[in-house]
Amino acid sequence: MSAIIILITASLIVATGFLIAFLWAVKSGQYEDRFTPSIRMLLDDKKVKNDKSKPNNDLTGS
Amino acid sequence: MIETKPLKQTTGITSQKCYHCGDACSGTDIRIGDKLFCCPGCKLVYEILEANDLCSYYSFDQNPGISPREAGLEKKYAFLDDEELISRLIRFRDDAVSKIILHIPAIHCSSCIWLLENLYRLNRGIKETKVDYLKKELAVTFNEKEITLRQLVELLASIGYEPQINLQSAEHQVNDESLKDLYLKIGVAGFCFANIMLFSFPEYLSLGKGIGPSFEKFFGYLNIIVALPVLLYSSTDYFRSALNAWKQRMVNMDVPISIGILALFLRSLYDILSGTGSGFMDSFTGLVFLLLIGKIFEKKTYERLSFERDYKSYFPISVTRKDKDGEQSIPLHRLQMGDRIIIRHAEMIPADSIMINGEALIDYSFVTGEARPVSKVSGELIYAGGKQVGGTIELDVIKEVSQSYLTQLWNEDAFKKDQHSKITTLANRVSRYFTIIVISIATAAALYWFYADKSLAMNAFTAVLIIACPCALALSTPFTLGNTLRVFGRNKFYLKNTTVIETLARVDSIVFDKTGTLTHGQAVRVHFKSRTDLNEDEKNCVAALTRQSTHPLSQQIHAHLRDALPLPVENFKEYTGQGISARIAGKSIRLGSATFIGSHDREDQATAGTRVYLEIDGNQRGYFSIKNQYRRGLKETVGQLLQHFQVYLLSGDNSREKSRLLPIFGRESALFFDRNPFDKLNFVRQLQESGQRVLMIGDGLNDAGALKQSDVGIAIADDVMAFAPSSDAILDGQQFRRLADFIRFARWSMNIIIASFILSFLYNVIGLSFAVSGTLSPLIAAVLMPVSSISVILFTTGAITILARRKGML
Repeated sequence: MSAIIILITASLIVATGFLIAFLWAVKSGQYEDRFTPSIRMLLDDKKVKNDKSKPNNDLTGS
Repeated sequence: MIETKPLKQTTGITSQKCYHCGDACSGTDIRIGDKLFCCPGCKLVYEILEANDLCSYYSFDQNPGISPREAGLEKKYAFLDDEELISRLIRFRDDAVSKIILHIPAIHCSSCIWLLENLYRLNRGIKETKVDYLKKELAVTFNEKEITLRQLVELLASIGYEPQINLQSAEHQVNDESLKDLYLKIGVAGFCFANIMLFSFPEYLSLGKGIGPSFEKFFGYLNIIVALPVLLYSSTDYFRSALNAWKQRMVNMDVPISIGILALFLRSLYDILSGTGSGFMDSFTGLVFLLLIGKIFEKKTYERLSFERDYKSYFPISVTRKDKDGEQSIPLHRLQMGDRIIIRHAEMIPADSIMINGEALIDYSFVTGEARPVSKVSGELIYAGGKQVGGTIELDVIKEVSQSYLTQLWNEDAFKKDQHSKITTLANRVSRYFTIIVISIATAAALYWFYADKSLAMNAFTAVLIIACPCALALSTPFTLGNTLRVFGRNKFYLKNTTVIETLARVDSIVFDKTGTLTHGQAVRVHFKSRTDLNEDEKNCVAALTRQSTHPLSQQIHAHLRDALPLPVENFKEYTGQGISARIAGKSIRLGSATFIGSHDREDQATAGTRVYLEIDGNQRGYFSIKNQYRRGLKETVGQLLQHFQVYLLSGDNSREKSRLLPIFGRESALFFDRNPFDKLNFVRQLQESGQRVLMIGDGLNDAGALKQSDVGIAIADDVMAFAPSSDAILDGQQFRRLADFIRFARWSMNIIIASFILSFLYNVIGLSFAVSGTLSPLIAAVLMPVSSISVILFTTGAITILARRKGML
């Protein structure tokens, strides 16, 4: 009996954690634009060289 | 800052693509290294990007760029220096940063996203940019001390991403929070439902033997706690809607749902607290969860399309006023009668005005759907909504913006009415009887048991309410209509919401606009009429000449002669509103109106179309006849519709095309010509007053009133993204011939709903037989509820899919 109570309490706490995560995700606007992020993640940002004085032409085109 | 894009020169023939925008570089030699550009504009953008190390732009998509086409940027955004306007456009502002959301129609590929989100590398004043691809919006966070709004907009325009700033952008739209709210409610309901199912399993599996009083109590109390958020949060929309309906002495679908939900919860609460049973909390939360899912399914929206656009979306936010102190840019709402305004190429005339100075060539395509510009001379009245093509003109404003001929339409009653009050949906009509029947059965059962066995009276009463909760009934409508909406969307017929399907199914008369609706916006038929046909040399000359002009007629003739060889053009002259001339290959070519050429051939008003006359070396050679083309399959479509509907034609044009339209529409009494926007609105209203339900199909702002007044207004658009007046639905021009199919499909959807109503009534009858006998156990409820709901969902979804397949719509 007491084992079940402890287990259920634990499982409820874990589940509530996920619920809160979901609520946070919705509230922070992650469900507002469900298309752009899918493209954005495919655009790998090439490392920009820190030295700004030298134009690096190796990035052009290719 | 940016040069005008010169008309393409014709010195050689190459078919290489511009490295930046992918347009053909016909013979130009603008290059950097091995990269070829079609115009200096594209080259400049490339240079800006290269200088700032942003050339990865070109690696995500092939030739992703947009050529910066607009000229005269320095003046164009002067209005963005106006502090009042800035504060209306900016959404958030503090000492350090300002935030603005700009609509950029040019966003079209992944490279766009990449470049726009790397804008901060172009100017240190820009802190963060974020693209919403579907809405084509860019959210910019920037520091106004380092870059002003005007500089920001000019920067965007200079790299080809010109933001669209119009009257509507200044009116902040409240973001639609209802979808977000629904997600939250579904999340909570789903969480509670899943957990309660878990706690109820021991009860199900014990098959009535019981799991011991201590467990029963423990799980019972836990269920109450977990079910509370569903009652107090997730299902509040139903209670609120039911209460509102009750206050207006009406019964909608939410009334029986609310009664069912409340009965479920209160009965479970009583059972658990009194220890007489384990309650129906699982059915309660599951019911709310499923209902909310149905709701979200119905809420499919086309974010990219806007159905609520009025003239404000097209009118500029500012206008150039000329007064003693010279020219200055003022916000449109400060424009007054008597002001002198200056309109440049491609700018819109914001208020009815009198032409004072310059050569006006007004394109009314927004208003009428007619693509051909009209020329106006000084002293003539120019209506708001036209766009100037060509040089700069000066006008005197004679009416205020909101009182102009066209914009007055929005002061009509049709635009003030609440659309929702017009329709009682089928579900709501059914639920009125449903509620009455359910409550009478419940009362009857309670009365019977009150005399037969008092302990069972309350039990039977609540059981009837619980089992009769129209769960399947409430789910059949959203799932059927939601699916229909998707089927239509796949076939490029986009509806504003699901209630449009219901009204569409009940329509009995159809009213068409002519120009732009029955005729194709752009496609025209060009014929050269003369005693002898043009030879190859002459064709090449005419093609070279028309290539130089931006006038739509020239472009249409040029498109007609598309296979021609490019020839060098000398001495090109354009006479606004009259014609063009040049020397090509040693020949003097003149092209234009009859008076320009000096032809005595009077344009015959009775025949349709426009004529452009050609003169080569002083000899009249003949004319090009340019006719608007009717949409493909027009005759068959109207023919099909005529069998079932009253069909009318309302045209703003004169009756010169009557002879062509009569065989299509069959009877003369259905054709109406010379109707202004108000006539159109009133015509629809009269039809409605005579008891008809009207479907209006139009395309321009002049149809906006009729579209709004009609029961269903469909805007037809050859490019659904580009322009459509506010309407209930947007139909892609290509799909015009399937109009009859769409209406038939809408009717079938309604039949499917009725069939699923019958199905769910059957479930109710089975459930009620348990309920009235007072033997409804939580287990039966827990089985019957999901089985009925899910079978209804499967039935409606399956029926729509099969139907769509058979009609070739899926």
